[in-house]
Amino acid sequence: MPHALETRVLLEHAEDPRLATLQGYKELVDGYSTLEKAYRSMEQDEVLKALEDSGLRGRGGAGFAMGKKASFLPRGDMEKYLCCNADESEPGAFKDRELMQRNPHQLIEGIAIAALAAGIGRAFIFIRGEYDRQADILDAAVLEAYEAGYLGEDILGTHRNLELVVHRGAGAYICGEETALLDALEGKRGNPRLKPPFPAVQGLYGGPTLINNVETLSNVPRIVAKGADWFRQYGTEQSPGTKVVSISGGVRRPGNYEISLGLPTRDLIYELAGGPLPGRSVKAIYPGGSSSPVLTAAEAMDLPYSFEAMAEAGSMLGSGSVIVADDTVSIPHMALRTARFYHHESCGKCTPCREGTNWTVKMLERVVRGEATPMDLDIISSVQENIMGHCLCVLGDSMAMPVSAMVRKFRGEFEQVMAAGEAEHGIDPHLVVDLSPEALGAAS
Amino acid sequence: MTPVDGAGASNPNLPVDRAVTVGREPSSSPEQIPQLAEVDCPPELQERIEALMARYPERKSASIPALWAVQERYGWCTPEGIRQAAAVMRVTPAYLESVASFYDLLHTSRVGAHRIEVCTNISCWMRGGDELLDAFRAAAEGEDVFVTGFECLGACDIAPMASIDQRYFGPLVPGEAQTAIDQLLSEDAVLPEKSLERRPLAGDTEVPR
Repeated sequence: MPHALETRVLLEHAEDPRLATLQGYKELVDGYSTLEKAYRSMEQDEVLKALEDSGLRGRGGAGFAMGKKASFLPRGDMEKYLCCNADESEPGAFKDRELMQRNPHQLIEGIAIAALAAGIGRAFIFIRGEYDRQADILDAAVLEAYEAGYLGEDILGTHRNLELVVHRGAGAYICGEETALLDALEGKRGNPRLKPPFPAVQGLYGGPTLINNVETLSNVPRIVAKGADWFRQYGTEQSPGTKVVSISGGVRRPGNYEISLGLPTRDLIYELAGGPLPGRSVKAIYPGGSSSPVLTAAEAMDLPYSFEAMAEAGSMLGSGSVIVADDTVSIPHMALRTARFYHHESCGKCTPCREGTNWTVKMLERVVRGEATPMDLDIISSVQENIMGHCLCVLGDSMAMPVSAMVRKFRGEFEQVMAAGEAEHGIDPHLVVDLSPEALGAAS
Repeated sequence: MTPVDGAGASNPNLPVDRAVTVGREPSSSPEQIPQLAEVDCPPELQERIEALMARYPERKSASIPALWAVQERYGWCTPEGIRQAAAVMRVTPAYLESVASFYDLLHTSRVGAHRIEVCTNISCWMRGGDELLDAFRAAAEGEDVFVTGFECLGACDIAPMASIDQRYFGPLVPGEAQTAIDQLLSEDAVLPEKSLERRPLAGDTEVPR
């Protein structure tokens, strides 16, 4: 049974295994009725307007208005593409996996309607290679949709066409970055591209391309069916709608919970996820996946869980994935884990990211081995500043934001870890080299 | 093709390192696209890759799916397999190898008959992912099973977890590693009660530490 604080819209009937089949989708949630209505009796602008009015923000991380993004695509008869970003690889995020596994047709219907709104005839679902089972489920669902005439040529006799292909990646976090995704889909190594031109102008195969996250597209059918006002009854003014939130780490009931945006973070962690494990307390959280600056428990608990509240607090909602660190977690070690991930996943194209992630890992390793000096903490912070905003994509920033927040907010703990290392290795962590001219003069 | 494009090319009086000139002889000429007749591609693999190419407006888009097909057939992306795929796709083997080496799930060296990826990222680490990886490594010792630590697999709800032959299992305790590998090798169903597919939607389950 859903908890009273949950608002299940996308996850309605999700526990029913029949939902994954076309017949079940139709019976349980009146599936594909919106596609029929949109394709048979709606103009492109009408669909687009519904999406724009809803204020639906992208659920993949950046939170950009979905309808606006679709409106950026040029009109005309050129080949245009839609790519559904199902490369969910952000540590802490597993909501798209749940949505695809339990309700694949909701996504397919959303893709078909979004394609109509932007005048697109060819769509791809780029799913991470690790999600093999979910890709199988999608393949089966796409086949069903083709057989039922919801995809393919002359959909429902309306002379409108849409081809949809499920494309499996092969394990690279960077492919969740939209332009790297396009390169990977074109059969190359997944390297990000310079922007502009933005994908809406020049994307896949050089054509205008709309790229949206799984959860964003899964929202589309209901918005078009029930209207923007219905959608806006959930969430806040600036973050309308519901959100599937993945909660993991040190909580009793990790999992996906669908909430109306703006729910207090405390309720999310204590009521829905059951709070910390027995005898533990919450120390810090990543509010929106491993890329989001960590918040201390004191900072986080009273915030509403919304795009704007998290941004105001100096963090971000990101993909909506909360990782809870309890009081047994060592923050310097957590920073190292985080940095190692980005170091491993950096594609190596831009120097600040390639070198910055590498050196951050090396310095943090020194910290946890007790071989660092307080100066190293300042250097770590300065390296993060030099990564931010200096690369083609935000992978480097995604390490810099949480690591610099951890060093800033938990500096005492970093110093403690270093001091503990002093006892072990006999290195004085408080050793500061005095480089002033007087000191240098005295030495010579 | 100009033999040398460095300074020595324009001034014949300058000494030129023989390695530069000799190195440019036919042995290192640009790699050719192999002909289908010379690679002995199994017909099923050829058909499969041709069907994959037909799904895209541009054939190169089938690179990753074709490499998946090669890996499925040979257990890993063997040099011969890559040459066969390259011949079918009409690209150079080097091109496909550059793609294969970029992605963590495509293997350009031999891996075992079974593959286990154990997540060691933040949420799994907090719940004992490192110990689980150690247990899998110990249990796979001497067996034809490839075990590796892996970055976030997108299943933090069942942390600590592992992907065993591309299927997710969790939350696991180190003791289950041996069981899983025994079941895998005797071709039994692996840890059926820990399969992700058995997991109900969040809310009803409490995960013990």
